[in-house]
Amino acid sequence: MNETRRGFLKALGLTTVGTGLGIPLLRALRPGSGTVLAQVSGPAETAPAAVPGRQWAMVVDVEKCLRDDVRAAVIEACDREHNIPRIPDPKQEVKWVWSDEYGDIFADQINAHTPAAAREAPVLVMCNHCTDPPCIRVCPTGATWKREKDGIVMMDMHRCIGCRYCMAACPFGSRSFNWRDPRPYVEHDENGKPLSDFPTRMKGVVEKCTFCAERIDEGGEPACVEALRQVPGAEGALVFGDVNDPESEVSRILSEHLVMERRPTLGTGPNVYYLVPDALPALAAAPSAGVDGNHPVSERGEVAP
Amino acid sequence: MTSRSRIALGLGVFFLLGAYPVWNGLASSADPERPELARAVDSAGATGCIEDTTWMKANHQKLLNEWRTSVVRDGQRTWVSSTGTSWDMSLTGTCLKCHANTETFCTRCHDYADVQPTCWNCHVVPEGGQSEGGQSHE
Repeated sequence: MNETRRGFLKALGLTTVGTGLGIPLLRALRPGSGTVLAQVSGPAETAPAAVPGRQWAMVVDVEKCLRDDVRAAVIEACDREHNIPRIPDPKQEVKWVWSDEYGDIFADQINAHTPAAAREAPVLVMCNHCTDPPCIRVCPTGATWKREKDGIVMMDMHRCIGCRYCMAACPFGSRSFNWRDPRPYVEHDENGKPLSDFPTRMKGVVEKCTFCAERIDEGGEPACVEALRQVPGAEGALVFGDVNDPESEVSRILSEHLVMERRPTLGTGPNVYYLVPDALPALAAAPSAGVDGNHPVSERGEVAP
Repeated sequence: MTSRSRIALGLGVFFLLGAYPVWNGLASSADPERPELARAVDSAGATGCIEDTTWMKANHQKLLNEWRTSVVRDGQRTWVSSTGTSWDMSLTGTCLKCHANTETFCTRCHDYADVQPTCWNCHVVPEGGQSEGGQSHE
């Protein structure tokens, strides 16, 4: 080797220039790619127009859901259907659908004159199955994603690694982490089996409402909506349907009423709507939402410690 | 003793010890005891397994992975076997309807093969199966 320092630096400079010029040049020369600029903006122009599929949505009638038995029926049905553990420590709770205070849920839509009783009134909350969900963007494993065919924000427990990025990204607190093995806290029948065949989860995964995707795939409706059919006077407390179908009940309600959604300014496009306008007098008269609104203790069986 | 013979002796001992699995296997003539698996119980509607036993023995793990992907990722729950029969892709709902006892059907062979699938950490074993809960993750 009789490479001089000067010669080496020259070669280095040429290599840098060559690489810098060469790669864009090669790209531009690739068949069908046109100019470098067209290459950059190409995919957006050629992408096919999005096919409007289904987008499942839920309308929560806040006034009808002020009744304790209505909310209890919803939460109970969900707990049973999905073997949701009832963990006493609120820091470790697992919740798919639950009650929270109106003033907290709609913190950006109340004002200084909103009656205190209305602020404390219970409202049912669940995953919003957003049109543009921030949770799925941050998931490093693709364990949560938005189903193209019907807009459900889905969970794949086989892939979740428990990093909890999705929980940080979700502005609605809709996701729960399994801090411990949930099995001992799942309600069991007299034979020691969980109430439902739905897989329980394991320590270290995140879970949330899936709009009962497994029931929908078989042509059914969410367990909470189905359970309310058995509750007298609860008709329409929860209405489930396709917002992209102009004929659906959900679409009808949205076209005939002013509805609220949670934190609309964030732009995530929640698909859970709240029918509120006429509810204020009822809200103000309602009992406050406490933790007692969640996970009602069932009469069927003991919850393991 | 020269160093050459000492090295040869050392190497000889080393190879003899290293080959322990080979000569031990040759010495013990008896076949390792194969696990006795529980026969499937008849279930209403099911006439035999979804595929033949030999194929299932070799491929059930791949099949279950495919089912998982299909159901969870694609929302597609119906599977058609090589004989044209349609089945619901469900571990608890289809497989365990006949192979009800996971202890004597799954675990026994998995122990023999020294594999530890984690299915039962989450999936529910219906009536008559093993007591629930796989390994503890606490």
